[in-house]
Amino acid sequence: MTRYVLWRLLQGVITVWFIATVTFFVMHNLPGDPLADDKAVSEKIRANLEEKLGLDKPVVEQYFIYMRNMIQGDFGLSFVHENRRVNEIIRDHFPVSAILGILAIVIAGFGGILWGALTALYRNRWPDIVIILLVILGISVPSFVFATVGQLVLVTMNNLAGFEVLPVAGWGTVAHMLIPALVLGLGTMAFLTRLMRTSMLEIVSSDFVRTAKAKGVPMAQIFSRHQLRNAVLPVVTVLGPSIAGITTGGFVVENVFGIPGLGRYFVLAVQQNDYGVIMGTTVFYGAFLVLMVILVDILYAVIDPRVRLE
Amino acid sequence: MTDTTQGAAEPVSVSSAWQLAKYGLVGLLFFVLLLAMLGWVTSYSAAGTRSTQAVDYATNTITLALSTEPPQLDSTRATDMVSGMLLGHTMEGLLRYGPDNELVPGMAESWDMDENGGTFHLRNDAYWSNGTPVTAHDFVFAWQTALNPDTASQYAFILFPIKNATGINEGEIEPGELGAKAVDDHTLEIELEQPTAYFLKLLAFPTYYPINEEFYRSTDGGYGAEAHTLIYNGPFKITKWVHDASLRLEKNELYWNRDQTRLDAIDYAYILSDANATLNLFATNKIVYAGLNSENLDRALRNRWHIKQHNDGSVFFLEINHRPDRITSNYNLRRALQLVHNPSELVYKVLKLPGNLPGESIFPVWLNGVEGRFRDEYPGPKYIINEEKAREHLAMAIEELGVDELPPLVLLSGDNPVSNKQSEYYQRLWKEKLGIEVKIDKQIFKLRLEKMTTGEFDIVAAGWGPDYHDVMTFGDLFASWNLNNRGRYANAEVDRHVAIAQSSSDPVERMEAMDRVQQLLHDDVAILVQYERGSVYVSDDRVKGVTRRAVGLDPDYTRAYIASDSED
Repeated sequence: MTRYVLWRLLQGVITVWFIATVTFFVMHNLPGDPLADDKAVSEKIRANLEEKLGLDKPVVEQYFIYMRNMIQGDFGLSFVHENRRVNEIIRDHFPVSAILGILAIVIAGFGGILWGALTALYRNRWPDIVIILLVILGISVPSFVFATVGQLVLVTMNNLAGFEVLPVAGWGTVAHMLIPALVLGLGTMAFLTRLMRTSMLEIVSSDFVRTAKAKGVPMAQIFSRHQLRNAVLPVVTVLGPSIAGITTGGFVVENVFGIPGLGRYFVLAVQQNDYGVIMGTTVFYGAFLVLMVILVDILYAVIDPRVRLE
Repeated sequence: MTDTTQGAAEPVSVSSAWQLAKYGLVGLLFFVLLLAMLGWVTSYSAAGTRSTQAVDYATNTITLALSTEPPQLDSTRATDMVSGMLLGHTMEGLLRYGPDNELVPGMAESWDMDENGGTFHLRNDAYWSNGTPVTAHDFVFAWQTALNPDTASQYAFILFPIKNATGINEGEIEPGELGAKAVDDHTLEIELEQPTAYFLKLLAFPTYYPINEEFYRSTDGGYGAEAHTLIYNGPFKITKWVHDASLRLEKNELYWNRDQTRLDAIDYAYILSDANATLNLFATNKIVYAGLNSENLDRALRNRWHIKQHNDGSVFFLEINHRPDRITSNYNLRRALQLVHNPSELVYKVLKLPGNLPGESIFPVWLNGVEGRFRDEYPGPKYIINEEKAREHLAMAIEELGVDELPPLVLLSGDNPVSNKQSEYYQRLWKEKLGIEVKIDKQIFKLRLEKMTTGEFDIVAAGWGPDYHDVMTFGDLFASWNLNNRGRYANAEVDRHVAIAQSSSDPVERMEAMDRVQQLLHDDVAILVQYERGSVYVSDDRVKGVTRRAVGLDPDYTRAYIASDSED
């Protein structure tokens, strides 16, 4: 077990290094000038800016400098937010994205498992048909539509109620989190529902369910102990990447609801050619994703005794 | 096989459903607990938005949204509108703009100016928000810092009228040699490089704000990055700045003119770039102001909100590439485009957003001339449409260029709905009227800038916003030495007139020179002026005393107040 975890962690470090290297060189070949702005500046000032940000050195040298700093945990300066360190940006904004992400994944996970189990239970009857219709909607409608519609619903609700039922935008209390987390988790929830349904139906016709029935185990017990527990496995598998996807994919929701998360920085940095923030957030999210996948693999062994961590 | 299983399962599905419902309940309970916990963590970290109404009578506070997070609030390096607006509320230069856009004394109580410079007498009751007095040294330090090449300020150029400023910025002269000296704590002497008629107007600009040297050094390179790494000498001070979430201004009790500040606080409780979301906040009485665009204007109309207009001062134009290797360096081709150029059609039939004015001259209508408005005194040339003549010029151009058919024109444009509408309009217009093919090159901001600098375009949709209230803020834009002249237009006659307007102290001579410039730019088809941008917005009518400006601090809430019910 310990050896397995250590081995996976080493693999993870190599993966993160690979991500960092590829991002670094791709980023430096991106079209667009990171230092260009509305007002043109003289050659002298430009040279000074390049020197300050280390852009005057050859790219390979910049790479080694960056790697050395990164190993020491220093992601350098943001190009756009001139006086802020990328470390500070991640420290300030990642917790917000994480909170939103955790809530979204909990909604998606629980919702997906429950709805999935329910559809399997009532296969081809009206609860199944209604939920599957909603699932198709949830998978195919992009999150910015959900976000906009969600906010409009809030506006209408607050105006009809005459007082603030839930805030329209902003961040800081439980009330601010509910709708954005729901909107963020909706797509994943729909996806997990479908996954859960398929997996449940597969298990209904498996040998061990038949055996359990044959020896007279009560149906409710078969359902919860044999079917549900086994059917949940594939859901757990995709949960890891989903967590990372949701935490990083919050850009649209953060934008519409005015939430100070890291997703906004992650996306805007690419448009603004903010090398410091592009590198910092990509490496950070890369490491986060790798860690989540490792965690899920370990969790897998806990849920399914057949899996041995070797 | 499946059928029998299914059949057998059905009678007990009720108990299974109960089981599922139980799990669901446990899940819900877990979720609520988690929510409560995370809510507690978040409120503990105090990153929150307070749930106040747009106007709060009890605390005398108004709530607003910022469209973007200011990159930093170091006045020597600030370039964007949001930073300029926040600095204008929290800082003060030697002079500032009053409610009627006239220059009024700020940190300077009085001054004596002549052609070569002047002496500014600072008031004795001016303090920084930490209690230290504002002195002449603070101005000298700020200006030297902005000019220091190590600072790499994009706005260093605005200090160039001061003696030796250009040399310092190029690293050839020591910052200590700057023509601005603190004679004593309250006397600032400024020597100019050459007579500059509009120098006083520059003094209200953020780059000219003072910075306390001792405090600046104590922040160890982090000046302006946080609320606590700044001190303030203006009407308000920033008491809270949560990055990308909110920013709060409170009345600065140490400001010399504190009696005219009537609001106790301005709470920028949201930082939101999404226009619809901002309007949603306005609709639910959370903020007092929301900008409108062509997409959500209809919604404002349907709700019968009081829609207001404002000329934001900027001029938009098609900048033509005059580099010799481009076909647009051909005068006849440019003239052909000019003869079908119809700004009114663009404004009223394409953009269709109220507030925009059809453009005629690079000098917008609100600029002051000798006594009245510049454009009243010097109306300038007008665009006259003549398709027949346009085709003649086109034929000449084709002959001069020695081609059978004109290669497609590259129209470089931004990537947003307004730009798209415009580009498609020109593509159709030039195809229909002149048979010219247009290739639209749509690029995001940074890429567009890069292509503008390297000259990879024939025509680019560009704009210019004013920095100070003088014709020169637009006048030198097409001088051959101006780095912002991205089409590399060069005309010795234009250069000569710009130089006259820069150094002459005779208002009539200056304005006549600028009139020549607008005439020359038109005759030579240096650019095609499109429109003067207006903005439309909704705002809470309970807030009074807000000043809108085309140039300078805008919107200006420094004298704003909440009307009591009786005043409504």
